[in-house]
Amino acid sequence: MNKNDLLREEIIRRSGVNPKKCMKCGKCSGTCPAYDEMEFHPHQFASMIDSGDIQPLIDSESVYKCLSCFACVERCPRGVEPAKLIEAVRLSVIREKGNNRMTPNDIPEKVDEETPQQLLVSAFRKYTK
Amino acid sequence: MQRIGVFVCWCGSNIAGTVDVKAVAEAIKSEPGVVYSTDYQYMCSQAGQNMIIESVKEHNLTGLVICSCSPRMHEATFRKTAAAAGLNPYMVEIANIREQCSWVHKEMPVGTEKAIILAKAAVAKVNLNTPLTPGESPVTKRALVIGGGIAGIQTALDIADAGFPVDIVETKPTIGGKMAQLDKTFPTLDCAACILTPKMVDVAQHEKIRIFSYSEVTEVKGFVGNFDVTIKRKARFVDETKCTGCGDCVDKCPMKKNPNEFNMGMDNRSAIYIPFAQAVPKVATIDAGACTMLKKGKCGLCSKVCGAGAIDYTQKDEFVSEKYGAIVVATGFNVINLDKFDEYAYNQSKDVITSLEFERLTNAAGPTAGKLLRPSDGKHPHKIVFVQCVGSRCENCAEKGKEYCSKICCMYTAKHAMLTRDKYPDTDVTVFTIDVRTPGKNFDEFYRRAVEEFGVKYVKGMVGKIVPEGDVLKVQASDLISNKQLHIDADLVVLAAAIEPDKSARPLATMLTASMDTNDFFTEAHPKLRPVESPTAGVYLSGACQGPKDIPETVSQAGAAASKVIGLLCKDKLVGNPCVASSNELMCNGCSSCERVCPYGAITYSDKEFRMPDRTTKIRRVASVNPAVCQGCGACTVACPSGAMDLRGFANDQIMAEVDAICK
Amino acid sequence: MQVKEYKPLIVAFCCNWCSYAGADLAGNNRLNYPADVKIIRVPCSCRVNPMFILRAFQRGADGVILCGCHPGDCHYTSGNYYTRRRMAMLFSMLDYLGIERERTRVEWVSAAEGAKFAATMNDFVEKVTALGENKRLEDLRCKR
Repeated sequence: MNKNDLLREEIIRRSGVNPKKCMKCGKCSGTCPAYDEMEFHPHQFASMIDSGDIQPLIDSESVYKCLSCFACVERCPRGVEPAKLIEAVRLSVIREKGNNRMTPNDIPEKVDEETPQQLLVSAFRKYTK
Repeated sequence: MQRIGVFVCWCGSNIAGTVDVKAVAEAIKSEPGVVYSTDYQYMCSQAGQNMIIESVKEHNLTGLVICSCSPRMHEATFRKTAAAAGLNPYMVEIANIREQCSWVHKEMPVGTEKAIILAKAAVAKVNLNTPLTPGESPVTKRALVIGGGIAGIQTALDIADAGFPVDIVETKPTIGGKMAQLDKTFPTLDCAACILTPKMVDVAQHEKIRIFSYSEVTEVKGFVGNFDVTIKRKARFVDETKCTGCGDCVDKCPMKKNPNEFNMGMDNRSAIYIPFAQAVPKVATIDAGACTMLKKGKCGLCSKVCGAGAIDYTQKDEFVSEKYGAIVVATGFNVINLDKFDEYAYNQSKDVITSLEFERLTNAAGPTAGKLLRPSDGKHPHKIVFVQCVGSRCENCAEKGKEYCSKICCMYTAKHAMLTRDKYPDTDVTVFTIDVRTPGKNFDEFYRRAVEEFGVKYVKGMVGKIVPEGDVLKVQASDLISNKQLHIDADLVVLAAAIEPDKSARPLATMLTASMDTNDFFTEAHPKLRPVESPTAGVYLSGACQGPKDIPETVSQAGAAASKVIGLLCKDKLVGNPCVASSNELMCNGCSSCERVCPYGAITYSDKEFRMPDRTTKIRRVASVNPAVCQGCGACTVACPSGAMDLRGFANDQIMAEVDAICK
Repeated sequence: MQVKEYKPLIVAFCCNWCSYAGADLAGNNRLNYPADVKIIRVPCSCRVNPMFILRAFQRGADGVILCGCHPGDCHYTSGNYYTRRRMAMLFSMLDYLGIERERTRVEWVSAAEGAKFAATMNDFVEKVTALGENKRLEDLRCKR
């Protein structure tokens, strides 16, 4: 098994999602509120993971731009759950490369009075090992 | 004890080349019951058959074993031979020593040995054969069509034209169904009413057709050729025989604010109403839930204005019982409920409509007299978005959508988009699709015309959400080809909602013991070869109750169902297959196991009185098989824990004897 | 002393609509399979009572194979689904009795699959031959 296939298996196992179920309707991308921020869009995650073309996703900023709002999961007619795939790619970056996206030192400059505590906690959970 | 004759066929060299037929005939002579055995070159030839007939007479044979080709080939031939010799045709067994012996084995000793064993197994079986007579049942020469849409109308007309009386049962006050609500029909764009209403009139005027409108089937008993059906004629509070359909009552009725079902609730009708101008029967109906006379005993205006004296506030539901030989199910489809699709804001904005509502909106007889106006403010929409596959092709979300493709949406959306652009060239029309599916004669050409000649914009992608804001609908969608997210301010959004079988189909299937799939579509007896028959004998399927269908397909299926019905009703008597299950009432313990596994509903239970050894009588619940319905699969025989159920022609002891003969 | 070559005794139950026709097709195409296979025709695979299979083993059969239409293609709509469940139950009981799993088989053969029928029979006979005589129920056999 080559590296791409291994990565693919790993992401499918971790996300619990079968990208083969995708019928390429694009409703996930139609619903995504962070679409314009992302280089790769939710439907591309499903299709690229399925074809094993995963490295570009790992290298892209898109995995951090996903808000994890799960609108795509809610609306996908085929139960593919793209947000879980994105989450799995993000985890493979953070876990395997040890690239913490955020360190405790970064926090003070991001905080303002409006920022809810919960946001910080969830961002911390999402972006660090 | 049987007197069995064994006839071994050479089939030229086909059998004799690998099987020593003389040795087979010789070896079988010592088998119990065998009194005569011989061989011949071509047993199926006239000479061979004559030889069999003469041997039967000469040796007083009671059973025959023919060692020859497959029973699938010549079983019928030799049964006829037996009948000609005065034997019961079911006293014949075939040992397949060609296809399953001489043709698949190469060496003479091996082939001969196997042929002898196969012959012995057949002899062992014939020893236990009993004469069987196929049951006969009469045929009531009248058909029932359930559902008065285009499927039911076409089926009824075809059957009636062949000379058989037909009754149509329709739950709505008029026949016509969904097609009556349509504006134009793809791909030829002829107007639905222009081609449907003449057919409705034909139905009304046909001397062989009776219409039970505003009625429901409440009970079905019996079996093929002999159904007893009870039909509930709901009280419409108008005497159908007197009402002339003049409409005076409709004009005078003060209760005018009731949603008009025919126009998908987009305008109102009065409490007494005629669904539409070309309704058949053209008779008024009082909506009991809206009429103040029926609710509070005040008003009575309609009765005062009715010149024919047709109004009858005391009318009650009536039950009619009728006998039928065949039943055609044509219950059709409905658009699914879109309540669960919040993202499309169907319940939040009046300007998000389904395609069927759009159909009414563009229909000259619709709520806007055919002008395309927004339901919210009556303004002309300049930007229209069509969304495909709303609720179709959904996986694992049965509570939200349907797993199948609704089939008709691609084409009617192309039609809507094309007609809109044709009539209102200033309108911008965008269609969001996953795929465009246009398999059908002139279908893809039609879709291409919408794009190329009429400038309809097709976008590969889906609408993610629709938010009503002010008087526009903010549509957010993806365009997968240009990899962009689109934001459109639309004036009107049309959803191609999935279609589902009518809700009345499920209880009806239970009444008919007709099987359904998980989506509540009726299943056909064979997906390729018997597409219009239900597995339940005498029940036929027409139209969208069997699966999503467009009008041409529905009409051709309706005609096919009618021809099957005519084929059945032509017969004076139905001759059954005698190889059916039968239960030994003395052994039956009344457990219902067989009833549950029977795919045809052929088994019923009833209480019967038995005389006990001590001369008392006891009432026991026992199974009985209706031989006209049983198809002889034998599932019940295995399910039966007490061994009371057996299959004629393939009885337990017969198969056991074959096993024993082979394993000797 | 001449050693007699071991020939297994195999009973095949074939449903009338698919597998029996498939066996006929194998014949039409002259596809060989061992003569040890003896076919019994039944209307539907669901007609096969587990008792028949037990009886065959009791009377000395070395293998029993049951052929029916493919799931979803049953002439009687649902017969082969019953077969599938019943045989699953029976096979676990045979397992308990110590009859090797390879001695029994359920196979779906359509009327168009003559080649599959022949291949299945060749394979089954080979497997059963490898197992040798069915000794397990030998002492239960009726002594003649």
